[in-house]
Amino acid sequence: MSDPVPMPPGETLDLEREDRLDEIRREAEERSQLHATAARPQGAPFPQATPESGYYGIPLLKQPPWTWEIPLYFFVGGAAGAAAVIGAIADYTGADRELVRHARWIAAAGSVISPALLIADLGRPERFLAMLRVFKPQSPMSVGVWTLLGFSSAAAATAFAEFLSDRYGPSLPLRVLENAGQAASLALGLPFSNYTGVLIGATVIPVWNRNVGQLPLHFAASGVGAAVGILELMGHRKSRALQALGLGAAIFETWEGLRIESLSQPHLDPLKYGASGWITRAGGALSGPIPTLLRVAGLFGGKRRSNSLRRWAAWSAIAGSLLTRVAWISAGHVSARDWKLPLQRDAAE
Amino acid sequence: MSVMAFLTDSTLCIGCKACEVACKEWNGVGEDGLNWSGFSYDNTGAVGASTWRHVKFVEQAPVPGLGGNAGEQASWTFSSDVCKHCEEAGCLEACPTGSIVRTEFGGVFIQPDVCNGCGYCVTSCPFGVVERNQKDGRAFKCTFCYDRQKVGLQPACAKACPTESIKFGEIGQLRQHAQDRLHELQARGITDAQLYNPAETSVRGTHAMFIVRGDPRSYNLPLAPEVPTVYLQKAWTASALAAGLLLGGTLLAFLFDGKKADRRENR
Repeated sequence: MSDPVPMPPGETLDLEREDRLDEIRREAEERSQLHATAARPQGAPFPQATPESGYYGIPLLKQPPWTWEIPLYFFVGGAAGAAAVIGAIADYTGADRELVRHARWIAAAGSVISPALLIADLGRPERFLAMLRVFKPQSPMSVGVWTLLGFSSAAAATAFAEFLSDRYGPSLPLRVLENAGQAASLALGLPFSNYTGVLIGATVIPVWNRNVGQLPLHFAASGVGAAVGILELMGHRKSRALQALGLGAAIFETWEGLRIESLSQPHLDPLKYGASGWITRAGGALSGPIPTLLRVAGLFGGKRRSNSLRRWAAWSAIAGSLLTRVAWISAGHVSARDWKLPLQRDAAE
Repeated sequence: MSVMAFLTDSTLCIGCKACEVACKEWNGVGEDGLNWSGFSYDNTGAVGASTWRHVKFVEQAPVPGLGGNAGEQASWTFSSDVCKHCEEAGCLEACPTGSIVRTEFGGVFIQPDVCNGCGYCVTSCPFGVVERNQKDGRAFKCTFCYDRQKVGLQPACAKACPTESIKFGEIGQLRQHAQDRLHELQARGITDAQLYNPAETSVRGTHAMFIVRGDPRSYNLPLAPEVPTVYLQKAWTASALAAGLLLGGTLLAFLFDGKKADRRENR
């Protein structure tokens, strides 16, 4: 079968390479004939491809190519987004000035670390700017990158303006910058603290997409736990608002852990069994029940005891948040290697 | 420009791997292991960053008469796998750089000069086709020989296929051809042959169709592949809910916090 070759003007056909394709075809015709008959192979039983096993149990899906930067990015981004929200609301409701300042610094630190981690993970980091060619609402990665960009600029501007007015005295432009930056970092911090749940939820990885309705809430709670924890470690262990937020996040995470443990569905297996299962459990215990108990215990007894218990709760929530992100990514890897799910699931539905 | 497609007919495939060789030579894709996988005559196991055509060697329970087999020997079919070039392509929707585009020939093409290696397409392909090249960092897959189609040539694999198991042509004509071929096979007593083209799923059909014998799942072809954009609505609803709870919860926590410092004093 030869090609009709209507060559566009200015193009020339590389005849040598074209002839090579014909040569491959001829060689295949001549050499790929099996003349031996009745050969009885030794070593049976041989692996077979069946509707149940798929193609020899070779995974259908590819594993996510992301490395350690991504779970760390989820952790930092979640904490920074939640810290920006806490800082802005604390400012608007007239809470402790120092708390507002610290929350802004956490958000600003996150706004520097987050893009660095994200860029480091790219296969071609020097091409990060390619992300900014387009805005695609149907791509959570695109929406996320633009949110990150806006959030980072706003959070950094807020902290910078505050720093300048502390140092050189307040002025109108600085105040405008500070307020506008704070409003923007509140507006963008809200989605930024949880969009990573959308990012991994809207994929083909079964353990992720089957939890798509939970992940943003779960990740938001994890981010709040971490942000509150960091603020408490910075000394804000007397704030009742932070205590309430930390307790709320810990209770939500407890419920999330119970939900995972109580459902017996094959797609949740990577969250329960094997190494990824144990990371999930450790992360869940550290972000859910342990800080809940510590915080409740801290409500009773003396100030010193409360102070120390909240410090432990803070460490626990921070470690739990980080482990939870690691757990979900590693569960995604296990889930992608599962050759059964994509084939079985389809048969059922 | 007409919309083109592949039709890969496993009932004609002889497992010679000429398509793999032609693809690698034309596209300059490196050799990726001549080791035996232990699964029949398969080398690489699946399509990936360095395997854009992949011949599957499907050994199944003995079916007397299939492929001229004796009753006690495993039945053996071959099928050359390739990027499906989905009508609703998960990788294309997910790509944040706009590197992945739909060509005028209906194929899904990764522009290598735009791809920044974020890897999101890898997690968005329901067929596990796209893969990031570890050394290069970018994502790679079958280009549908976009360069060849541009000058009116058929893809290299189709050209090199000695049995014309790989057919390339206008998509409507190929669908018709597939139906004719299935009728022909039926008439010859091969009743288990079927066309794999998941048109009823969210993928809405593929530009690489396959004629397979028996259950497509034996060939790692899922019955209902899903494009991940179907999860977006639920995901963003949950995201909005989470944002609302965070805003409301934080407001409540601070409004009911008795220990309001004197903000004006500290300013």
